[in-house]
Amino acid sequence: MTNLWMPVLAAIGLALATGPLGAFVIWRRMAYFGDATAHASILGVALAVAGILPLYLAVFLVALIMALIVSALHGRGHTMDATLGVMAYAGLSLGMVAVSFTAQPEVELHDFLFGDIMRVTSTDLWVIWGGVLVVLAGLVWRWAPLLTSTLNEDLAVASGLKPRREQLVLTLALAVVVAVAIKVVGALLIGAMLIIPAAAARGVSRTPEGMVIVAVLIGAVASVCGLMASVQWSTPAGPSIVVAASLAFGLSAMFAKRR
Amino acid sequence: MSLVSAKGVSLKYGGTLVLRSVDLSIEAGEIVTVIGPNGSGKSTLLRALLGAKEVAEGQITRKDGLRIGYVPQRLAVEANMPLMVGRFLSLPVRHDKVEVRAMLKRVGMAGFEARQLTELSGGQFQRVLLARALLGEPDILMLDEPTQGLDQSGVAGFYQLLEEVRQEMGCAVLLVSHDLHVVMSASDRVICLNGHICCEGTPTVVSAAPEYRALFGAGTLGTMALYQHTHDHSHEEHGHD
Repeated sequence: MTNLWMPVLAAIGLALATGPLGAFVIWRRMAYFGDATAHASILGVALAVAGILPLYLAVFLVALIMALIVSALHGRGHTMDATLGVMAYAGLSLGMVAVSFTAQPEVELHDFLFGDIMRVTSTDLWVIWGGVLVVLAGLVWRWAPLLTSTLNEDLAVASGLKPRREQLVLTLALAVVVAVAIKVVGALLIGAMLIIPAAAARGVSRTPEGMVIVAVLIGAVASVCGLMASVQWSTPAGPSIVVAASLAFGLSAMFAKRR
Repeated sequence: MSLVSAKGVSLKYGGTLVLRSVDLSIEAGEIVTVIGPNGSGKSTLLRALLGAKEVAEGQITRKDGLRIGYVPQRLAVEANMPLMVGRFLSLPVRHDKVEVRAMLKRVGMAGFEARQLTELSGGQFQRVLLARALLGEPDILMLDEPTQGLDQSGVAGFYQLLEEVRQEMGCAVLLVSHDLHVVMSASDRVICLNGHICCEGTPTVVSAAPEYRALFGAGTLGTMALYQHTHDHSHEEHGHD
């Protein structure tokens, strides 16, 4: 059996960050925000393949720029839905076209779309866990202000908070998560890792903190199960993890309904 | 020094100017009611005084370290966010459990700490919002149509509670409302708004003012006349500006 501990560590690291961040994505109804940012990161892959920037830095920068644009648009109200959708797919397609221009035949675009978790190196692990810890530290630091401005921005302002600053914290966190997830689940499935564990946790939680912890657990368990299944049946690893998380969502939905 | 004051403030909503040249200030302990028809800019004004809305023109000054207790018109809690009443009262500032329990009791919501916000009725929610605002020991309470959607007894009960806690705590109150008949008598000052300040003064002065009568109809205190309000500023032409 393939040595699984490096992929498992990578996936669990990612789940630690996508749990809390995914909860905010759901609470703030920013699903498209995550997708647009993640899809555009393929453009960062193009920069890396062309040898202009190292992979993680390139993906982070592109994700950050996209996240800032999307975040600014999001602030303009709910009519931005269509624009966000356009940006998500424009970013993805532009990235793929750009990669094709770099004319590196050995580049497997597939690996960046769905991740290449079985081949993460110890360097990848350092980057992933470093990024994850930064995201966690930021979210813990701003926890109460983030919750308050997620509930209601005016209420947050009245309490002396600056909702825009909190939004920026989330934007930065999202860019970091997209960057570290590119090798784990790839650009197409980052959104799934944000939304599915958090959505699965919703039905069984009574507090925001509880929802985050359950989301992290579901993400971690789904990672391990998905990876094992992937080895067992030679299925693609990233999608297998997402399938496992989706099963958890199904179970949680049934449990919540029965209560 | 005033708690909060506006000088020559104009406000836009979307691209449209909804309020122009507003001057007002609120002193410690004062009860000020802002009334006006729908779309008269009253909620926008409140948000600007709060600091949640940028002014298009003019200046808003808040006293240094001003503690604001804000009660929004309604709070749409995202159904996917699990949050209990007790926790909500401690956001973002943690409050002692005993304090939270006492405050919930004060607003008639004793024992609701472990209830989910999404399970509360409209009236219960408004009381919880008031409790949260009061826990911050505010210098000023700002309430934006806090009784919208409540039935008549709910409205009366809420204002009675508001009046009681205000007397206990001595904070100023800035209330945006169109429940004229309930709120006007308790106010020190009423500001009548429709795109600008039409008239202001004590409740008696305002209810006798021609601008007020033009807006809400003569002798309509306590009626629902303002819901049919279509008046378009004829008083402006009499050199009011």
